[in-house]
Amino acid sequence: MIDVFKQFQTFQKDNVILSFRGEVSFDLVKAMLDNVELRLDVIEPKLKTRKKVFNVLVEAYQNLCHHIETGTELALIDQGKMAMMLLNYDKNCYNIVTGNYIMNHAIPKLENWLNTINSQDEKSLRDLYKEVLNNETFSKKGGGGLGFIDISRKSGSKMEFKFHKISKDYSFFEFKIKVPKEN
Amino acid sequence: MEILRIEPTNLTPFVLLDGSGNLELSGRSIPENSLEFYQPVYEWLDAYLENPLDKTIFEVKLDYFNTSSSKCILDILKKIDKLESKGLDVLVKWYYNENDEDMKEAGEDYGDLLDAPFELIAI
Repeated sequence: MIDVFKQFQTFQKDNVILSFRGEVSFDLVKAMLDNVELRLDVIEPKLKTRKKVFNVLVEAYQNLCHHIETGTELALIDQGKMAMMLLNYDKNCYNIVTGNYIMNHAIPKLENWLNTINSQDEKSLRDLYKEVLNNETFSKKGGGGLGFIDISRKSGSKMEFKFHKISKDYSFFEFKIKVPKEN
Repeated sequence: MEILRIEPTNLTPFVLLDGSGNLELSGRSIPENSLEFYQPVYEWLDAYLENPLDKTIFEVKLDYFNTSSSKCILDILKKIDKLESKGLDVLVKWYYNENDEDMKEAGEDYGDLLDAPFELIAI
């Protein structure tokens, strides 16, 4: 059995604002964003930081909903549209974590895109944002490739990510971004 | 023209397109399906472009928008831009909180992509 109190105390010690593993949907994400926004109003005194954290959360969480995998093989490994979200803070920053399944064949393109974004400085990232905004048509899944650029711009941090292979067709995509607290 | 007025929600902005040449978009725009939300706005503007007034002012007062909305907002601004290319008097007013550098930058980015006069206003 899970030691509930110990788990709760660990969350408390790590300043966890939100922890979730389960099936994601837009309604759920909306409810979570509402909840986190209220919490941020209480714990974060700087408007600028609050807005940045909220903005990055919107992108990261909506991104999860748009890209959730629901293959039949995946349903055998884990149930339904499973994903995870974690938000906590320390004295320097807010840590936003998401995790979801991804098909292995989609990894090279995503990895390349994340590395491309991470290699840009502030100015070239802004130019890339404008280029994608102005040229790229919407994908059916929405966002048009702008989401990770926006996350990178708003946070001012490099994205951290890993792909954990779980089967011939699927991997678990771990994604982390820090939003620094304004001094 | 018929008035298009959309009341704001926690996810979607206030929209007022009243045919008097003053257009407004304000609040937050973070819907999961932006194309669906903005479709009536596109349709209204397309009809307005058929028979526009001599002067059009488009006021944007957004607190937040997601990247899915960002493309829709650009599409709206490009429709406004068409009035400029027709030689009509157009002005886009982009309002931002003076402490919100991100929203100021967003305005600057849009301004760079348009021909229409673009005013950034700190509030």
